[in-house]
Amino acid sequence: MFKYLKQLTSFLAMVAVLFAFTTEAMAKKSKTLKNTQKKGFVRCGVSQGLPGFSNADASGNWTGVDVDVCRAVAAATLGDANKVKFTPLSAKERFTALTSGEIDILSRNTTWTLSRDADIGLTFVGVNFYDGQGFMVRKSSGITSVNQFKNGISACTNIGTTTELNMRDFFNSRGISYEPVAFEKADEVVAAYDNGRCDTYTTDKSGLAAQRTKMKNPDEHIVLPETISKEPLGPVVRQGDSVWEDIVRWSLNVMIEAEEYGITSSNADSMKTSDNPAIKRLVGAEGELGAAFGLDNDWSLRIIKQVGNYGESYKRNIADPGILPDRGPNQLWTKGGILYVPPAR
Amino acid sequence: MNNKVKKIIPQIITLITVAGIFGFFTYNAQLNMDNRGIEFGYGFLKQESSFDVQFSLIDYDGSHSYARAYLVGLLNTLLVSFIGIIFSTIIGIIVGVARLSPNYLIRNSASFYVEFFRNIPLLLQIFFWYFAALRALPLPQDAEAWFGSTYMTIKGYYVPLFIWDNLDVFLYSILGAIICIGVIKTYAKKIQENEGKQLPVFYISLALIIAFPILSFVFGGVNIEVKTPELKQLSATGYIFEPALSLPPELIALVLALSLYTATFIAECVRAGIQGISKGQKEAAASIGLTPNQILKLVIMPQALRIIIPPTTNQYLNLTKNSSLAAAIAYPDLVLVFAGTALMQTGRAIEIVSITMLTYLSISLSISVLMNWYNKKIAIKEK
Repeated sequence: MFKYLKQLTSFLAMVAVLFAFTTEAMAKKSKTLKNTQKKGFVRCGVSQGLPGFSNADASGNWTGVDVDVCRAVAAATLGDANKVKFTPLSAKERFTALTSGEIDILSRNTTWTLSRDADIGLTFVGVNFYDGQGFMVRKSSGITSVNQFKNGISACTNIGTTTELNMRDFFNSRGISYEPVAFEKADEVVAAYDNGRCDTYTTDKSGLAAQRTKMKNPDEHIVLPETISKEPLGPVVRQGDSVWEDIVRWSLNVMIEAEEYGITSSNADSMKTSDNPAIKRLVGAEGELGAAFGLDNDWSLRIIKQVGNYGESYKRNIADPGILPDRGPNQLWTKGGILYVPPAR
Repeated sequence: MNNKVKKIIPQIITLITVAGIFGFFTYNAQLNMDNRGIEFGYGFLKQESSFDVQFSLIDYDGSHSYARAYLVGLLNTLLVSFIGIIFSTIIGIIVGVARLSPNYLIRNSASFYVEFFRNIPLLLQIFFWYFAALRALPLPQDAEAWFGSTYMTIKGYYVPLFIWDNLDVFLYSILGAIICIGVIKTYAKKIQENEGKQLPVFYISLALIIAFPILSFVFGGVNIEVKTPELKQLSATGYIFEPALSLPPELIALVLALSLYTATFIAECVRAGIQGISKGQKEAAASIGLTPNQILKLVIMPQALRIIIPPTTNQYLNLTKNSSLAAAIAYPDLVLVFAGTALMQTGRAIEIVSITMLTYLSISLSISVLMNWYNKKIAIKEK
């Protein structure tokens, strides 16, 4: 009897320990998520004003595809896409702001590179815009291709960006001597180029298209057809909180996958009765996808309803204002683009 | 004994507190960097920088190291500070004296200049000069020649390129002239003390400093080849001048803004210095028959300098530190090149910011030491 009691006790103890571990695991929440929910808003770092990506209007409302990533995370974690505190950051400040904990997501047209990902305490979670570096010139210069660049050309750009490095690689490989004029803020770059300080203005092509709208006379400038680099832009989080990393990654992925399945902000509710299980999972009518992050099951539905799918976000922010009407590579893989995300299941 | 302890205890407590705060921040930074997988170290300085800089005093391109990029930024900071200090001193002295002028127009123009420029934030002035310059200056193809063959354009101030043969001989000839002037000065002083005669030292010096370099051209094999700037077409509407030395508009705007701003403060120091000398000195000097120029040079200035130097040192330090605003208009100074681009490309925030801070501290302390030495030299020597 005593012998059995001992066995029973050890068995019970084991069960208790096991149970404790599972509940521990179930309740295990990301520290960043916990802080975010306690504060009641998502802390998001954006640009100082890049139309189409992150730009504030006169009354301080932020719009853009980069902004929408943060709104999606807010919708998923807090239930309200408007509960975001935006911090405008220069190219120079952005990574320090993230690693020091001033912001929790950096969604600021930031290029994913090996050294940034591996070296400085950052983790890139995905790509929300496939871009490449290009050149803008004045139409009157008669230049229609980078092949017409000659020795002594001056190029305006931003400091602290991959642009500066690509520019050197490009001119060096062609043996062209050039004068780099690098500013800290984009507004000064545009003003200097617009006044004639530089022969060309180089940055990501999306940036060129967006900044062109700020020029005195946008029609006087053209973006040259050549693309000299790969610039996959995407949101970044701090290293060390893998649950938060997953939340941001899948908030973005849900937007892209929703477009793939034709779920929009207006039809999301009616999609709950769809026959396709993949769609039902996305709108929270089937499966337990949110539990893995410590979220409820409607997290993805809220993203789609409040922010919209990727296509809606692109149309609203980039296509309709006339920045880049053609989606180019930023089209779904099923429609000839390269947007391809792992399945949400 | 009791008194001594009373004195020492607060000092020890202060020391421990300071050390504790410093230690806490170091520990905190270390801990957070470990947590985020960031390594601390200065090894990155040897890596290839792979970015170019617009304007450099030494040979540099992206294949050089970050350490070299640091040097480029440092030299550019020193250059703009050096030129700025010279210009602001000249303008400051002129305006400071002008503020005491008996002429109504001169006096009030000087007051207006001082009040206007010192009350507008410097960053705004830098932007003003830069973008005003960019708007006002012509494109290279529209530029007219100044002083023969220099061209002021939106892309920079193009001046002829000098290619020297035997530059060292030329420099030695100037050095030789300076040494001769020193010797003559001492000799002239002796003669004046012994015989009361005044030698025209200034004209002799002038003659020497012109004659020696000319001799080096004739006999020393020194030769200059001047390459005048010529317009070169890059595209239908894009031109530059080549071959030429180009001073970028960023440098010009920065020097202009820093000099005009700091000169207002120096002018006030100069005015205070001159007004600090009692009228009796001037009257006494006049009564023994000194000319107004001699009064200023021999009586007023030597005394006024003692009042002027210490606050002016502060202004020199301010100018040097303010030159870091260069980053706003793309002048590649230490902050833009090293604490800007290099920081961004490496992500080594703590290392780079600490180096930059130490550098500015060293520059400032060097200027202080130099000015203190000068101040001591001209101070009243008690016998």
